[in-house]
Amino acid sequence: MAGRLSASPPWWQNRRLVPWLVQAAVGLVLVVVIAFLLGNLVRNLSAAGLLLSWRWLGQPASFDIAESLLPFSASDPYWRGLLAGLVNTLRVVGLGFVGSTLLGTLVGSASFSSNGLVKRLARIYVEVIRNIPLLLQLVFWYFVVFLALPNGAAAIQLPGIVLAKSGLFLPGFEGGLHWTGPSLVDGVWQAPLRFTPEFGALLTGLVVYTAAFIAEVVRGGIAAVPKGQWEAATSLGLGPLLSLRRIIIPQALRVIVPGLNTQYISLAKNSSLAVACGYTDLYSVAETSLNQTGRAIEVIVILLAAYLAIDLVISLVMNGLNRLVQIKER
Amino acid sequence: MPVLRKLLPKVSLASTLGLALLLVSCASESGGLQSQKIDLIKGRGKLICGVDGKLPGFSFVGSDGAYSGLDVDVCKAVAASLLGDPAKVDYRDLNSSERFAALASGEVDMLSRNTTATLTRDAAGGNALSFAPTTFYDGQGVMVAASSGVKSLKDLAGKPICVESGTTTELNLADRMRELKATYTPLKFQTGDQTYAAYLQGRCLAVTSDRSQLAAKRTSFPDPSAHLLLGEVLSKEPLTPATTNADPVWSDAVRWSVYALMQAEELGITKANVAAKLAQAKANPNQADLRRFLGVEGDFGKTLGLPADFVVKEIAAVGNYGEVFDRNVGPGSKLKLDRGLNRQWSQGGLIYSPPFR
Repeated sequence: MAGRLSASPPWWQNRRLVPWLVQAAVGLVLVVVIAFLLGNLVRNLSAAGLLLSWRWLGQPASFDIAESLLPFSASDPYWRGLLAGLVNTLRVVGLGFVGSTLLGTLVGSASFSSNGLVKRLARIYVEVIRNIPLLLQLVFWYFVVFLALPNGAAAIQLPGIVLAKSGLFLPGFEGGLHWTGPSLVDGVWQAPLRFTPEFGALLTGLVVYTAAFIAEVVRGGIAAVPKGQWEAATSLGLGPLLSLRRIIIPQALRVIVPGLNTQYISLAKNSSLAVACGYTDLYSVAETSLNQTGRAIEVIVILLAAYLAIDLVISLVMNGLNRLVQIKER
Repeated sequence: MPVLRKLLPKVSLASTLGLALLLVSCASESGGLQSQKIDLIKGRGKLICGVDGKLPGFSFVGSDGAYSGLDVDVCKAVAASLLGDPAKVDYRDLNSSERFAALASGEVDMLSRNTTATLTRDAAGGNALSFAPTTFYDGQGVMVAASSGVKSLKDLAGKPICVESGTTTELNLADRMRELKATYTPLKFQTGDQTYAAYLQGRCLAVTSDRSQLAAKRTSFPDPSAHLLLGEVLSKEPLTPATTNADPVWSDAVRWSVYALMQAEELGITKANVAAKLAQAKANPNQADLRRFLGVEGDFGKTLGLPADFVVKEIAAVGNYGEVFDRNVGPGSKLKLDRGLNRQWSQGGLIYSPPFR
């Protein structure tokens, strides 16, 4: 008995050594393959005279951008154009988060409504929107809804607000502290605040699409809270709104937040479909730059890095939020 | 979780190996008269030609599913000269942004897709294309609704203009407006269909593209007479078939297949009389020019990596350049474009083939 215990097993049965060896071997192969790929890339690129170069970023872009929060003109360098595109992307993504969260939460909670009609409508919304490709929806919003609006004097006019084919016009302060509403100048609407139909179609499409998924996440989160919690809240004498706010939501959030992270990331990535409705986002500017300079690899690297950075920031923020809403052990 | 952790390196290893194989197979092809591209096309038995596919007169899919147009006839001519049969072509519809990537990756053998020849596209440090002879000399124009009252480019200051992204027209528009010191709003779309849809919906006051393309697209509008082209020509747009720089033998074969169409018109050889001309050349040993051109003597075909009778096959398939023009965009078509710059050099145009010698 004692002899069998003391006899050490052969090395290939060593439970500590073997996994370590396998991992080292796989790691080595990985390093060799990556080195080969990079070497191959550099060899073939230099053979074709296409070594990576970033000097073009400083040259004048010589194209215009339809709408930009940053001042941009055709004589500005490429990097400014790409930056303006990035800002445009962030604008639609940021507003998309707010819009889709509000709409998604509303629809998600509506599936628990005691009103049968509201409940059904919420289900129909989710099922219809979830099952139609986003690209089609964007084309629909742009060409069928926004471009079908009337133009000029026939535009839809509310006090201080005008909705026309050329965009949504809102009042604001102009030239210091002078409150100005939309006005029709020479058959074209002018206003301090303007949203183009391209932006409108993209934002609407992204919000409506993402909200359908968020609604399901919210529904799942609320359904995950045991029924007993509702009953306990009621027996404490809390009204339905108060019990939702103090008892149900804090528990549901633990389930909802990780799911939201995924939806926010897809919203950010889906914003690159902007080109379907003519909105000048980062992808659109990058594509124009690529076609002009022929610098395919550099442009793609910039695109990859930009979207990766956006998504990592979203993940970081959402993980922080997740830590906040988790059960705190005391 | 431990299972996953053990699996992960294997998955990433497999995918990296796949990627490696992909990159190796993309390694550059070498030149010499042994052309890998020509061997590949012969082995496949089909030429893969990148076209627009949505542009009446240049490349358009008819209601019977068949492609037709000037660009398509160039594909057919090259297929006839290399493979002896104009039907041995697979067409790939490409948009402006996809076209160069599709060509560079070898997804298509050549582009015949109303592409403007430019320095950046030709240069080895740019798109590294190799341009064949220009098949259509064009210029950029602007189309507006007749009811808009726009008379010149200046009237478009401050107005939205629709343009296809990734084209030279996008750039020329920016340059001309800069010259006029006029601000404007470029609305860029990825495909021609979206561009013209937005214009027809009234989102833009004007749409800009090559004049031939505007004329061609207008024929498919609900009311063509309600739209007019401004008189101003914004740029030179030599529309030119292209191959990559990677295989000079193949590029030369395409180049001279296109020149042959132009030379045939100059020599008065047509689709109808090519057989008679060939018989005449064979019977008469003194007509050295004609005999060499039609491959009865000499080795033009062989030096290009093509069959000796490539010119005869081409002309029998699509006719000469003049016939191709008339049939697709000239008097024999809906577009009814004037030959203009696309006349033979002897008639004051720019169509000029170097000698077949």
